[in-house]
This record gives sequence, structure tokens and C-alpha cells, in this order.
Amino acid sequence: MSVDIGMPSVGTSGVPRLPDGEALSRKDFTSDQEVRWCPGCGDYAILAAVQGFLPELGLKRENIVFVSGIGCSSRFPYYLDTYGMHSIHGRAPAIATGLATSREDLSVWVVTGDGDALSIGGNHLIHALRRNVNITILLFNNKIYGLTKGQYSPTSDVGAITKSTPVGSVDAPFNPVSLALGAEASFVARTMDSDRKHLTDVLRAAAAHRGASLVEIYQNCPIFNDGAFQLLKDRDEAQARLLHLVDGEPIRAGEGADARVVVRDVDGLRVVPEQDADPAAVIRHRVDDPDPSTAFAISRLDDPSFAHVPMGIFRSVDRPTYDDGVRRQLAAASGEGHHSDTDLATLLAGNDTWTV
Amino acid sequence: MTSKTTQTLDRVVIRFAGDSGDGMQLTGDRFTSDSAVLGNDLSTLPNFPAEIRAPQGTLPGVSSFQLHFADHDVLTPGDAPDVLVAMNPAALKANLGDLPRGATIIANSDEFTKRNLAKVGYADNPLEDDSLESWQVHAVPLTSITVEALAEHDALTRKDKERAKNMFALGLLSWLYTRPLDGTVSFLERKFATKPEILAANLAALKAGHAYGETTETFAVQYAVAPARMPGGTYRNITGNLALAYGLVAAAHQTGLRLVLGSYPITPASDLLHTLSGLKRFGVMTLQAEDEIAAVGAALGASFGGSLGVTTTSGPGLALKAETIGLGVSLELPLIVVDVQRGGPSTGLPTKTEQADLLQAMFGRNGESPVAVIAPSTPADCFDIALEAARIATAYRTPVIVLSDGYLANGSEPWRIPAVETLPTMPVEFTTEPNDVDAQGKPVFHGYKRDPETLARPWAVPGTPGLEHRVGGIEKADITGNISYDPTNHDHMVRTRAAKIAGIEVPDLAVDDPSGDARLLVLGWGSTYGPIQAAARLLRNGGERVATAHLRHLNPFPANLGEVLRGYDRVVLPEMNLGQLALLLRGRYLVDIHSHTAVRGLPFTAAELATAIGEQLEELK
Repeated sequence: MSVDIGMPSVGTSGVPRLPDGEALSRKDFTSDQEVRWCPGCGDYAILAAVQGFLPELGLKRENIVFVSGIGCSSRFPYYLDTYGMHSIHGRAPAIATGLATSREDLSVWVVTGDGDALSIGGNHLIHALRRNVNITILLFNNKIYGLTKGQYSPTSDVGAITKSTPVGSVDAPFNPVSLALGAEASFVARTMDSDRKHLTDVLRAAAAHRGASLVEIYQNCPIFNDGAFQLLKDRDEAQARLLHLVDGEPIRAGEGADARVVVRDVDGLRVVPEQDADPAAVIRHRVDDPDPSTAFAISRLDDPSFAHVPMGIFRSVDRPTYDDGVRRQLAAASGEGHHSDTDLATLLAGNDTWTV
Repeated sequence: MTSKTTQTLDRVVIRFAGDSGDGMQLTGDRFTSDSAVLGNDLSTLPNFPAEIRAPQGTLPGVSSFQLHFADHDVLTPGDAPDVLVAMNPAALKANLGDLPRGATIIANSDEFTKRNLAKVGYADNPLEDDSLESWQVHAVPLTSITVEALAEHDALTRKDKERAKNMFALGLLSWLYTRPLDGTVSFLERKFATKPEILAANLAALKAGHAYGETTETFAVQYAVAPARMPGGTYRNITGNLALAYGLVAAAHQTGLRLVLGSYPITPASDLLHTLSGLKRFGVMTLQAEDEIAAVGAALGASFGGSLGVTTTSGPGLALKAETIGLGVSLELPLIVVDVQRGGPSTGLPTKTEQADLLQAMFGRNGESPVAVIAPSTPADCFDIALEAARIATAYRTPVIVLSDGYLANGSEPWRIPAVETLPTMPVEFTTEPNDVDAQGKPVFHGYKRDPETLARPWAVPGTPGLEHRVGGIEKADITGNISYDPTNHDHMVRTRAAKIAGIEVPDLAVDDPSGDARLLVLGWGSTYGPIQAAARLLRNGGERVATAHLRHLNPFPANLGEVLRGYDRVVLPEMNLGQLALLLRGRYLVDIHSHTAVRGLPFTAAELATAIGEQLEELK
């Protein structure tokens, strides 16, 4: 149960909206900069989806800011005609925290990748999620370092042969969703670069969520890790493997006789053929479960062979946001209005003065 | 009660020393405030271990607070104490070496037990043998008299009563130096408002200490130090850290910007975070970040949003912030970075002072990455330096590094409180309209089209319609700010950023030479101001001719600096590092500099500087 402490509950509350009847288009969000990702890069699809989605928010364009770190994905802000900052490696969540906290009237987005967010910037990511700063983090996961030309990343599978692991990686990878849930993120979702509709649905929910939203986007790198998600892009394979997370529904993959479903038994969550499942053991997904344990267990159903991959919104709960809390304390101290010269003079004088 | 004689002194240096848990910093603070209110000029030097509670009664656990107060202007906390208050054998042993023969020792004899003596290697009790015969020793059983004085305070344990012994000592010293108790009484009333029993005990101990001085025959003479003659005005006592925090608040007030502090706890800078987090009523937003990097990141993010972004740290933290400061150089946004320097390298001496981050501030980033660097010279100057940092940061859209240090941060002095209307005005205007036209003549916003005077780029903050733009750490094309890898453009941008910092307007360096024909200049920067001035005074009183000058602006240097340096036969430069400013000056001006350095974690004494400068004067003769 969420506690009502009188805080805004929608992600974009406080951000100025366009006047009624006015709307922006995808074109309004397209900057004049030439897009310079490699041909076939999944980033193009994500950019198109974001440019297509942003008008739907109905916000004034000048009140939207994209902050990124370093990596291929982090060029993203240059291609959007909003305010933007292409910062330094791993630090975007920290920079966005300062911006979002000091500017309630901005819709702040972070664009990052698996190396940027989970390696060099891991600390900032978990703390932004823990604090629940009202920002939306788009984590493009291609399981490789692209911009530095092909080293393994913190999401690369054990055994991955890359430029820096010529005989295979021995590094255990992070599951970004598990990590985010472990950091008590209030909104965690996974989607796919190539599934425009699903991606847009997830963006919509993430933007509406007040607090830190982490969206992991499986993204293909055609140069250094091509086909990493191919099994999930093939229509038939995906059908069998993707466990669709729908609030209030059983978590199911496949259809008909091949359908599989998530049940809870003494060993925890398992994926079983639906026809064999004890109906009482079939769990129904609850995004607003205040206890993250089930969402975490769902995230562990993942495996490197993609036997089954949960896809959708794992968790979306209301909890107080850091930035609202900071602003509330300022407002309570009447720190919102401009203080007078007299107030400052009183501060400077303190309690023990003497006059010469 | 016999009335005792009162002797007038022009200056006194007292050092309170005890175990870390004995409350010596508080005792010293209170004695300082009471002296300040009396109108004495003063300067203080707290000196404490990095350990919160080192083993009780041991040498590493000794904490001390030195106060120099006088009827004339005071420049340093004093070279050597006239009076040492030693709360235990460790405090005596750790400080005796600094005590000139003839000085007074007030020792808490209760603590000179066999066990405590053994802990610090005393075979015999120095209060009872004749090893201290060169000093005037008052052995006072401070603990037991305090406990006795609190006999009627039934609600308190013996331990609670013993803890009030510092107030007994304060009462005794207040009597000895004719300080009023009123200030401390109201301080205790505020501090223990919710703990009436503890308050009563502390007040009783304070008064008992005062009465003890009056009645005991141990102390025959009372001393008075007349008020110092200071410029007219309202004064308060202030530490460097508090002055700097208030200066930042005043800077926000004068610029009309919101102050946003991103900080991570680090000694000796944490008090800045503590103070500013309590000033929400001034609209001050403080974020305690997950690390030093996030702290400066949050500050820079806030600056991007149109706030006055500030981060506060010490040397190790400055190292971690380097990449983000470089981003600030590239984004050309205002950012104030306060480095309260401490002993290095690495963890170094966290609670001790040093000036060895100058080169880190100047050059500690990748690429050609110039920033403005300024340094306060006294605790009170920390207020003005914060305003100066804000002026430069906002006018030139640049990171500014402020180099304070542990000595300034924790040391205190009387501060003539400035009238708010006399503070520099520096309103900031954001860009709200297109500032250029494109090839078709259409009005556009160009993020790197500079002000021709200051070379500052426009500050257009998110929320401004029509000026949507992107900034980043990749090299930008001149004017437009778009990504550019063009070789000529990069060369131009590197030189332009350098020219912008080099062109920051700073006041000329003022030289103080009472003789008018000194051949030797003593140059300083930062917290060496007091010791240098005191040393120069000693030499001048001895008939020597010495000029002094003190740099507050380290990047860029004042325009007349080269000319000043070349105007003397010899330039002596004392620094609490191994000659960092000397290196810069030699490289920049091709003049010889006689570097005098020490890195002991303590400020220079006036006497050692006078000796060093005196030797240089001799060589010139």
C-alpha cells in the first residue's frame, strides 16, 4: 500500500504543458544534426520511437531535457531538438539528479548504455534508483562496448569472445533488471528496440511514473555483437520465449498447446507448460506489489540462452521521490521566495556580536 | 576573600589540551567567543587527531585549541603558548615542547595517575618531581573539585559530573583572564535547553571554576587584556568554513540564483555541507551525493538548469571531481569548486593543513583545461572569496576553484560584518532570445557565440522556448556549438577557452612597503597571510625593510604581478608545499623565487618566517 504524503503522483506533474489544441509532431523533436550511428544500429529504431512518442506527452518542448553519458547511445541527445547534455562516462544519473531536483518544471531523461550505466556509472545508477529521483532512464543494452570497438561489457555472457576476451569472458554479467530491483527502483521495465509498439507503451508508462524509471532496451549492435537478440526478434522464436508481463494477468509465453506459464511452487518461480500447471499455483503479475521479491524472482527467470525472457513492466510502485522531498523541505523552510536583505543581515550577524 | 591584584597584558596565547573526549575544542571556542565579545582581536588554531576517539589518555588522542588574543591586531594564533591547560599527562607531554620556559601550566592533577603516566612513558609524576621547574605549574585537581562542586546534583552519574570538568576549567581561565561568563551561560542554555540536569551541572561547574580562581591561593594575580583598536563596526567571531558558507549564501543572494550544493562528506570541508544544509530558508538546496563525482555532477547539472552550482571538498575529492570539472570547462557553465586543502598525498593528514593542491587545481585535468583559481587569505576573507568566486563563475561561465585550507577552515578571527547593501552586486541575466541569424537570415540561437568583452558564452537554460540546444564534452564548433572534429576549429576553441580565463578581470596586486625602498618582497598566497604579516612586523620592528604582497588570484594572476616581482632584488615565497607557486611564477615570469617551504600540517610561525626572511635580508646586504 502506498503512503499518501501529498506528493505529486504523475511523472510530468509540474512540467508546463502545451496550450489546449496545440500539439507538436515528431518533426519538432528532430534536430538538424546528422545521425551518425552505424547502418542497422538498433539506436535508430529507439530514436524514432522516442521522437514519435514525445509529442504524446503534450509538454512544452523547451521543458524536456535529455542527459547522456558516453557511448554510442549517449549521442542520442544531439538528435533530439530538446535541451540536452552529452556528459561524461557514467555520470549522467548524477548530473540529471542535480538538474531534476533543482528544476521541478523539467521532464528529465537519461540515455545510457550497458557499459555507461552498469560499469563506470554503476554507483550513480543504483543511487539514483534508490533515491527515486524523478527521471526516466533509458538503458540501451547491446551486451558489448561499441564505441571503443568491441570489448565485453558488464552484461556480456560468460564465454563471450570479444576483443578483450579472446578466449572467452570469465566475468559474470549483471542482469540490469535484477540490479535495479535490488536497488529498490520504483519502476523497472524491459523492452526491445525493434518492437516499436511495446517500446512506446513502456515509454508511456515510464514517463507517467513519478520517480526513477529504469527501462532496459535490448538493442542490437550490428557491428560488434550482431544478432545478440536475434532469437527474440524472430517472430516464432519470440512467441515461444518472451514471457509477457501484463499487470493482473498470468505470465505467459507461447500459445495453445505450447503455452507456458509462470507458477510458484516450493522451489520458487518456475516456467511450466500451461496444460500441466496447477491453476492455484499460476501467479498473476502485480506491478504495484510493494514487496519487490516476486518481481526480482521474475527477473531471475531470464537466462543467457533466452529459453524464456520476461518482457514488459516488472515493477511500478509509488514511493516518495527524492526531488519532491528536497523541494518540500525547502518550501517548508520558506526557501522558495527570495529572502530579503534583512534576512541575510540577520544570518551574517549570528548570536554573539559586539560593536566598536 | 582577599582581593587579588590585576595585571594588564597586551597579548596572551593560551592552549587548551586534553583527550579527544575532554571537550577542548568547545572550551576553546567558548573562551574565544567571550574574548571576542570583550573586544580583543584574536586568532585561533584548533588541532585535533583524525581519529574520533583515539585510545583514552594516549598521545595520539590529544586534541588542542590555541587562542591568541590581544589589545592590538592579531595576525596568527601565536607561535608559542603563554599558558598551557593540560587535562592529562598525554596533553602535557604532547605540548610541553612548544612551551617556552617561564610559561604557565595548569594541569589537572587528578589525571596524573600511575596508569595514565605509564601510558605516555612518564616514569615519575612530572607534577611532583622537579622536571617542570622552569615553568610555573599550577596542579589543580580539576576532576575531583568538579565532582565535589556537583555533589548535590543527584540525578547525574559520577561520569556525567566528571564530564563537566572542561566547564570548570573554562570558569577558572575566565576568572584568570577576567572574561565574562554571560556568553557561555547563554550558550549552555541554548545547547542544553532540553536537558535541564546537564545544563545545571555545566553552569554549576563553570561558576565553581570561576569561584575557585577567586578564592584559591594558587592564583595570586588576575590578568586583563584591553580591547583592541579596530575599525568601527559590528563584529562577530567567525571560522573560515562558516564565513565561506555564508559567503556562498550571500553570493546566491547577490546573483539572484538558487544555491545548489552537491557535496560528499570529507574532512575538513564537511562543515560547509552541515552549515548550508541548515539554511533552507535561504533557498539553499543541498544534495549529499553518493560520492565526490556525483556531488560535482549534481552541481553541474544544477548549473545547466540555471542555478549557482557549488561543490565542496578536500584534496582527494578534488582528484575525483577532475573529469567533471573538465566537462564544466567544455560546457562553459558556472561552477564553484571549494577545496579545503589538507595534508596529502592520498589520505595524508585529514585534519591538518597544507597548500599542496595548487598545481592540482591549476592542471589536474586532461587536455588544456584552464579554470579560475582563487584563494582566501584569512578566515574572514573566506566570505569575500565566495562572492568573488560567484562573480567570476557567472560572468565568465567557468568553473572556479577556491583553495581554502584546514587552518583557515577551522581557525577563527573577528569579522567586521559587512552591510548587505555594500556587497558587490552581480545580477545574472539568462539569454532568452535568439542571438544570431542563420544563412537565410532567420534568427537562431548559437550556444557558443561569445560576448566579445568577456568571451563568455550565453547561458540559456532549459525552459526557455526557442533556444533548445545541446551541449557536451566533445569539441564544439565555434559559434554553433555543434560537434566538430575540425583541426583548426579545435585549435581555435582551445585557445579561446584559454584566452577567456586569461582575460578574467582581477585587481592589481597591492604591495605593502612602509619603508618605500625595500629590496626584498615576501610574496604569499592563501593562509600564509597571517604568519607572513606577523613575520614582517617582527622584522620591521627590528628596523628591517621588507615589502609584502599577497595573491588572492592564482589564475589568472594580477596583470601587474610580473612587474612587481621584477621590482625587487629578491622575492621570498613561503608556502606549505614544496614550492608550487614558485614553480608557476618562475615559469611564467622568468624571475628567480626564493622558496621557503614546510609541510608539517601546521601553519608557519611568525618567528620561523622572520628568521628565514632575515637570513635572506642578510644575503642582500
